Amino acid sequence: MPKNPNVKRVMVIGSGPIVIGQAAEFDYAGTQACRSLKEEGVEVILVNSNPATIMTDKNIADKVYIEPLTVKVLEQIIEKEKPDSILPTLGGQAGLNLGMELEESGFLASHGVKLLGTTAATIRNAEGRQEFKDLMERIGEPCAASKVVENVQDGIDFTNTIGYPVVLRPAYTLGGSGGGIAHNQTELEEILENGLRLSRVGQVLVERCIAGWKEIEYEVMRDSAGNCITVCNMENIDPVGVHTGDSIVVAPSQTLSDKEYQMLRTSALNIINELKITGGCNVQFALHPTSFEYCVIEVNPRVSRSSALASKATGYPIAKVAAKIALGYTLDEIKNAITKKTYASFEPTLDYCVVKIPRLPFDKFITAKRTLTTQMKATGEVMSICDNFEGALMKAIRSLEQHVDCLLSYDFSALSREELLERLNVVDDQRIWVIAEAIRKGISYEEIHERTMIDVWFIDKLAILVEMEEALQTQELTPALLKEAKRIEFPDNVIARLTGKSEAEIKKLRYDNGIKAVYRMVDTCAAEFSASTPYYYSVYGGECEASAKEITKLVSTSQSDFTLCDAELLRTEERRDSVLPVEDDSREIQKKKVLVLGSGPIRIGQGIEFDYCSVHATWAFSKAGYETIIINNNPETVSTDFDIADKLYFEPLTPEDVESIVNIEHPDGAVVQFGGQTAIKLTESLMKMGVPILGTKAEDVDAAEDRELFDEILEQTQIPRAAGGTVYTAEEAKEVANRLGYPVLVRPSYVLGGQGMQIAISDQEIEEFMEIINRIAQDHPILVDKYLQGKEIEVDAVCDGTDILIPGIMEHIERTGVHSGDSISVYPAHTIGKIVKDKIAEYTRRLAMALHVKGLINIQFIAIGEDVYVIEVNPRSSRTVPYISKVTGIPIVDLATEVIIGKTIKELGYKPGLQPEAEYYAIKMPVFSFEKIRGAEISLGPEMKSTGECLGIARTFNEALYKAFLGAGVNLPKYKNLIMTVKDADKGEAIEIGRRFEKLGYTIYATRSTAAALNEAGVKARKVNKISQESPTVMDLILGHKIDLVIDTPTQGRDKTRDGFLIRRTAIETGVNVITAMDTARALVSSLENQESDEQLTPIDITQL
Amino acid sequence: MKAFLILEDGTVFEGTHIGADKEIISEIVFNTSMAGYLEVLTDPSYAGQAVCMTYPLIGNYGICKDDMESRKPWPDGFIVRELSRIPSNFRCDCTIQQFLEENGVPGIAGIDTRSLTKILREKGTMNGMITTDENFDFDKILPELKAYTTGRVVEKVTCKEKYVVKPTTDLAQNGPLSGSARFDRAVYESGVREPRPTLVKELNGAGLKVALMDFGAKDNIAHSLAERGCEVTVFPALTPAEEIIAMHPDGIMLSNGPGDPKECTSIIEEVKKLYATDIPIFAICLGHQLMALATGCDTHKLKYGHRGGNHPVKDLATGRVYISSQNHGYVVDTDKLDPKVAVPAFINVNDGTNEGLAYTGKNIFTVQYHPESCPGPQDSRYLFDRFIQMMRNPGEIEHHLEMKGENCNA
Repeated sequence: MPKNPNVKRVMVIGSGPIVIGQAAEFDYAGTQACRSLKEEGVEVILVNSNPATIMTDKNIADKVYIEPLTVKVLEQIIEKEKPDSILPTLGGQAGLNLGMELEESGFLASHGVKLLGTTAATIRNAEGRQEFKDLMERIGEPCAASKVVENVQDGIDFTNTIGYPVVLRPAYTLGGSGGGIAHNQTELEEILENGLRLSRVGQVLVERCIAGWKEIEYEVMRDSAGNCITVCNMENIDPVGVHTGDSIVVAPSQTLSDKEYQMLRTSALNIINELKITGGCNVQFALHPTSFEYCVIEVNPRVSRSSALASKATGYPIAKVAAKIALGYTLDEIKNAITKKTYASFEPTLDYCVVKIPRLPFDKFITAKRTLTTQMKATGEVMSICDNFEGALMKAIRSLEQHVDCLLSYDFSALSREELLERLNVVDDQRIWVIAEAIRKGISYEEIHERTMIDVWFIDKLAILVEMEEALQTQELTPALLKEAKRIEFPDNVIARLTGKSEAEIKKLRYDNGIKAVYRMVDTCAAEFSASTPYYYSVYGGECEASAKEITKLVSTSQSDFTLCDAELLRTEERRDSVLPVEDDSREIQKKKVLVLGSGPIRIGQGIEFDYCSVHATWAFSKAGYETIIINNNPETVSTDFDIADKLYFEPLTPEDVESIVNIEHPDGAVVQFGGQTAIKLTESLMKMGVPILGTKAEDVDAAEDRELFDEILEQTQIPRAAGGTVYTAEEAKEVANRLGYPVLVRPSYVLGGQGMQIAISDQEIEEFMEIINRIAQDHPILVDKYLQGKEIEVDAVCDGTDILIPGIMEHIERTGVHSGDSISVYPAHTIGKIVKDKIAEYTRRLAMALHVKGLINIQFIAIGEDVYVIEVNPRSSRTVPYISKVTGIPIVDLATEVIIGKTIKELGYKPGLQPEAEYYAIKMPVFSFEKIRGAEISLGPEMKSTGECLGIARTFNEALYKAFLGAGVNLPKYKNLIMTVKDADKGEAIEIGRRFEKLGYTIYATRSTAAALNEAGVKARKVNKISQESPTVMDLILGHKIDLVIDTPTQGRDKTRDGFLIRRTAIETGVNVITAMDTARALVSSLENQESDEQLTPIDITQL
Repeated sequence: MKAFLILEDGTVFEGTHIGADKEIISEIVFNTSMAGYLEVLTDPSYAGQAVCMTYPLIGNYGICKDDMESRKPWPDGFIVRELSRIPSNFRCDCTIQQFLEENGVPGIAGIDTRSLTKILREKGTMNGMITTDENFDFDKILPELKAYTTGRVVEKVTCKEKYVVKPTTDLAQNGPLSGSARFDRAVYESGVREPRPTLVKELNGAGLKVALMDFGAKDNIAHSLAERGCEVTVFPALTPAEEIIAMHPDGIMLSNGPGDPKECTSIIEEVKKLYATDIPIFAICLGHQLMALATGCDTHKLKYGHRGGNHPVKDLATGRVYISSQNHGYVVDTDKLDPKVAVPAFINVNDGTNEGLAYTGKNIFTVQYHPESCPGPQDSRYLFDRFIQMMRNPGEIEHHLEMKGENCNA
């Protein structure tokens, strides 16, 4: 069936801010789909509140609205833009829910807008718990015994009929929010109550517990003609009980025979057919480990995190094909973009093994429980590809950038056999390391399997890695042993550690024996057809497909692993098929190669913004005539889409892995300033490899981080900063702190997102923080600075060596002390005067010059009155780059890339200096995922905690602020009840803010001293008891579900009172908004005051700015 | 022990020896299925060939003898990247290494199977030797390699005597319906393994007698008919047509099998006689090629064949695409196909080659791919129901009936 000619204007709904359970994968899917739609001549109207995404770029869609994702806003945009259709299946659960609400209210029908792709009836059947169960029953597909309940008593009654434990899954929530496993009635009541509240429709599924079964997923595609294929199946190494987003996943399935594989495949096709899905769909199964019994766990009738993983694992572009299907094409009409010979109606077959490991945020939330459950906690993930499982796992481990590089990285050797057995019952992110130790201690596969229910095949693979560790420790390192260690991807540094040799010795031994990484192509078809897309992964041994030049004809000798085929023939073949000029020697000489280093897994502090920068830099280099090469390991991102760069290497970002690629590609230069700290960290290694760093030089990057060098620069440029010093030990830190006077800011250098940064108010706190920081060996000194309180200002700028370009100045709502990534950021800066602005522009210029910046620079300042101090300088891209680019319309990554290549700002058509301010306000609001991480401290401080951001853009400050809060999900009020409990220093401000809330009709509850202060000042506050006092306490009030907001400012430094922590956690986990900074509270009340007077928001198309 | 794979073009791969200790010369082919290595090994169509699996990790779930498609493995050799050190599956009977050894099949592991696949893709299927002799002399081997042909291999794989596969008379005999299997700890602990789940929901073939010509039939062909209620009599490949006709079957199935269809000269003569009757005929793979040759069509060898579980075939009457299980090196030439004899019914979406024919004015339809799957997708099992429908109503020639309510991709 050809394309439907009636589809001309399509509205695409994005997934909004990055939160746990809904991350960069939707930017990848959305971007791919928008490009796919535009390819077909369809006009795309995009709505997404997330400014850090690539999909919200002007060149991805025709109209771009970075507006809050609410039904009301979408309705207004539909009325304004009059699309003929809307595509809701690309924006995750958020987009799907919105599409459904618009459809169910009749709005779409009354405005003549069609839902494209999967129909509303299908979505209801797949997403509604009862509808889905009924449908599965009708077609004979088994689900675990379950019942949808709408109140706690029904849940208890039903569980009594099927027995504990039971799994609880709230309907229509992200990443399984509010779900869990209940082993007894107390747990059941607790989880159920919470789940009912979090569910959009107030429903929770109570289900027979199938924990311990194999968890298998199928990614399925279906077109409107009913053609179905499975793109990929995946096996979770962690059995059912751990959310698939938190599981280690392997593709394809490893422990299923063809009978089990086909049984589940047929079931998946039956389901997608019965649901009449048009597009992509994910089906999750639980398979009994010792029988053919299976259950359908869940169906997601949309692209998902798993579909992004499946796309990257197979090379099959699910979102792109789904978009074409939505337009009416059938699978056999869509070309396979990888082979360009076959069609989308085939099933990819792999000749390699893919492993995904989740990136969990426990390094950020050290107080949080590490336990993994059915509620997702990971902020991101890494993927790796190898021709053996062990190698893929080893590569994935070192891609995590979590100070792990092998199965010895977490030390459990002190545990006794019994303790280990006990520890095996704990399901957390360190489980494979515990298993490795159990293997070392001689615990049998069966015992490990019994406790973990992980298939023995995987346990044996871990054992192979453990055996290799032992061999390296005890045997002589022969070339044969080294070759085997490299085959299963032991990195040189680990081999060096285990053998007691130096890394250089290992490398030499490898090179002397010809043990080098070679690169294979991901081609969707296991080499059955020649492929034209250069998407590579490394293996040891065999033929290298990455560069034709490297292929040499070998003759079989006892030394070589394999002999090679006719190299000439391969060369001609690749030459004929390749879309790239690389194989063509004559053209290759003219084209320069640039290596773009990606930013690895999404984690708090290093998010999607850096992928945005990497992708834009790649595009800009490409436009300038460079051949581009991306190295990255994050399957969720746009940068790892196969057609972004000329070549994609899906590899860990360690010096060794990068060097292996450099040895093949011999790039003319590398850019590190766009890939966050991950890329910056590789600078020194790249220089040692002889790869020139394009843009700002490594020594200048160092100068910004090195305390002494930086102090010299500040002195020379006459820019003031807070006094401070560098230290290594707690003693030194206390000495500096006492010299400066408390409070002081303590932080490690060379980190992103303020990791480990704390405000200390006493020697005791210094000791505590230093102990935490030094738990991980520090290569660089720790900084101790006098803490200054003032307005925090941030700028991003481009410098060409002579001139600078500052697109705009951003001001934070929160005073210093709250990490810039967690602050509400306002452009243009609205409370500082011209003198301060000029000072900031001038300081920026001086610093950029002094640091010889070529490209991007990000600076944070403190403004106290008319004085401006510098806090931090980062000569690289930053979190605010996508935001400031979009709201000013100045594409600073593209400009920075041009500057790196040699253009000047003037040549690029810009007038140097601070650019004129816009006539509207654009406010970036942080978004948190605290409810997902049990036990995490939520109060804001110098260490970043937010997972994402959204934008509010409007003509007035208040409307922009209101939109920003709305986009972040702060939608007040329901009950007009709020609780205040603030520290003494904040009491004055609390009175002012309390008065304003009172005026808006809020009832204020407050703890003793706060209540006293408020009442004394004439603000009516009802006193509530602390948790330790008699009921009703503040906790009862929160659990009564009648509170909209808690304003709780923790005492200076790290809050150790159990009360405050408990109040904040309880509020977050029951879905109550919590504010922990007075500035945020003031901003919120201002926005609420504005809302009363101005309810009608004006959507702004940013392509028109 | 070291082993070598020596190809006709001079390429030598060095790896580790697996399986039985013997030297073989065979035709080297590759299969792209990610699971189902046992079904591949026991598919008689691989007789005369050595199979390379493109998926690198083989043997993960060991050998589940229940899943064998014939009584023994047929390939001359087995080529893999890596054999799993331990198998893991609740039905596992032995390791793949034991299985290969017991059945005298040698093999090689640890070679760059992707590189081998690319050679076969570029240069076409070729002959090769698997040996453990480190001192091999290529110049001496080459003439032997060149001389090798699979020959009249159908005669080697077909059954010696005819036999009857009893029909299912009660649905329960088929085992649990897919999706309705229930784990019973007591039964499991007693060592009894539940039977494989079935997709068959009704005995629509009850009372029908089918003659199956065994050219190297996979067991699941007879089983697919029997589990629908048909009584299947399996005949050796060289059985005269008269004997089959004399049985008065309701339908005849021509099975899959190994080798070049044109080598089967005497069988083609018998197929001509079957064609001349009014008995409904359904043919798979080699059977499809033999029927085409018997009715005046031609066949030719594909450069490197179709072997795997991911090939899309398009039903030309409905436009629907099915993912199919395939194993063939030869293909029917439809260039000069006389529409008075037959019309193409299915084509391969990837390369446009013929995947099935509908015979004009006859109760005959034939497919190149494997509706019995094993290994591979079960999407085309509805073809057995179509055959049953044809046997039930030989008067109505309806080649493209919609199989509503079928528990498969239809």
